[in-house]
Amino acid sequence: MKAAILLFPGINRERDMVLAVRQSFRQEPAIVWHKETELPVGTDLVILPGGFSFGDYLRCGAMAAQSPIMRAVKAHAERGGYVLGVCNGFQIITEAGLLPGALLRNAGLRFLSMDTMLKVERADTVFTSKWEKGAEFRAPMAHGDGNYAADDATLDRLEGEGLVAFRYSDINRNGSARSIAGIFSPNLRVLGLMPHPENLVDPLMGGVDGKPLFDSLAAA
Amino acid sequence: MKAIVTIMLKNGVLDPQGKAIGHALNNLGFTQVGEVRMGKIIELELIETDAAQAKTKAEEMARKLLANTVIESFKVEIAA
Repeated sequence: MKAAILLFPGINRERDMVLAVRQSFRQEPAIVWHKETELPVGTDLVILPGGFSFGDYLRCGAMAAQSPIMRAVKAHAERGGYVLGVCNGFQIITEAGLLPGALLRNAGLRFLSMDTMLKVERADTVFTSKWEKGAEFRAPMAHGDGNYAADDATLDRLEGEGLVAFRYSDINRNGSARSIAGIFSPNLRVLGLMPHPENLVDPLMGGVDGKPLFDSLAAA
Repeated sequence: MKAIVTIMLKNGVLDPQGKAIGHALNNLGFTQVGEVRMGKIIELELIETDAAQAKTKAEEMARKLLANTVIESFKVEIAA
């Protein structure tokens, strides 16, 4: 699995992502600046990490979604390539139209920086094969705009087609519709989620709860 | 020519900032305040002489970038 991690100005979680990828993939990911127009040849997986791209100006992810590299990311997704967006990365791919819905200001207006529990909704995907369906795991979250919103028809479709990837299983702190923490594209090759599995991939980080995500991808 | 784009969260989309403002106003004694909704205004200086043309362009900008029509609605006004 050859990974490319995208770097936009204001992104600050790219090194965490490099650590997680390096450990599971045993292969160094490429770091790709947002002004590039092409992904490295042979890229299987594009990762959009967390942070505050373009200072969250206008709306979180709105500016980054217009960056030159996003055209290549859309083409990659259309070809059936894998895309993972975490936190600001999730906001960017919803703004870019790769996933439906939007991330609104947290319902309680506070920036939430704490651990949350997530439930794995399905284990038959390249992102989740190393978990059991229904498994719960701990994931750190750190966001001000993680309140997942979409119209009822979209939410019904996501649930009906099994495209909900993860749900908050302890407390739905940010007010997300139907406790949705992460969603898949219809072909199950694009995943966006708000919490940070990449921050729990080594005992030195306090746990390995997030490692199955990267081990799943490595086995794909 | 100036275009003024007003962007609001769609009806039915929770607006916690508006709620907080409403609360604060009530606490200040403005008990007549009911629901409060908060949005943003973007002023665009356009090199354009035709008002209709300016409006069409500004609406296109709103759809492509300024508003996220999944959650927001917008209104464009042309000022002289």
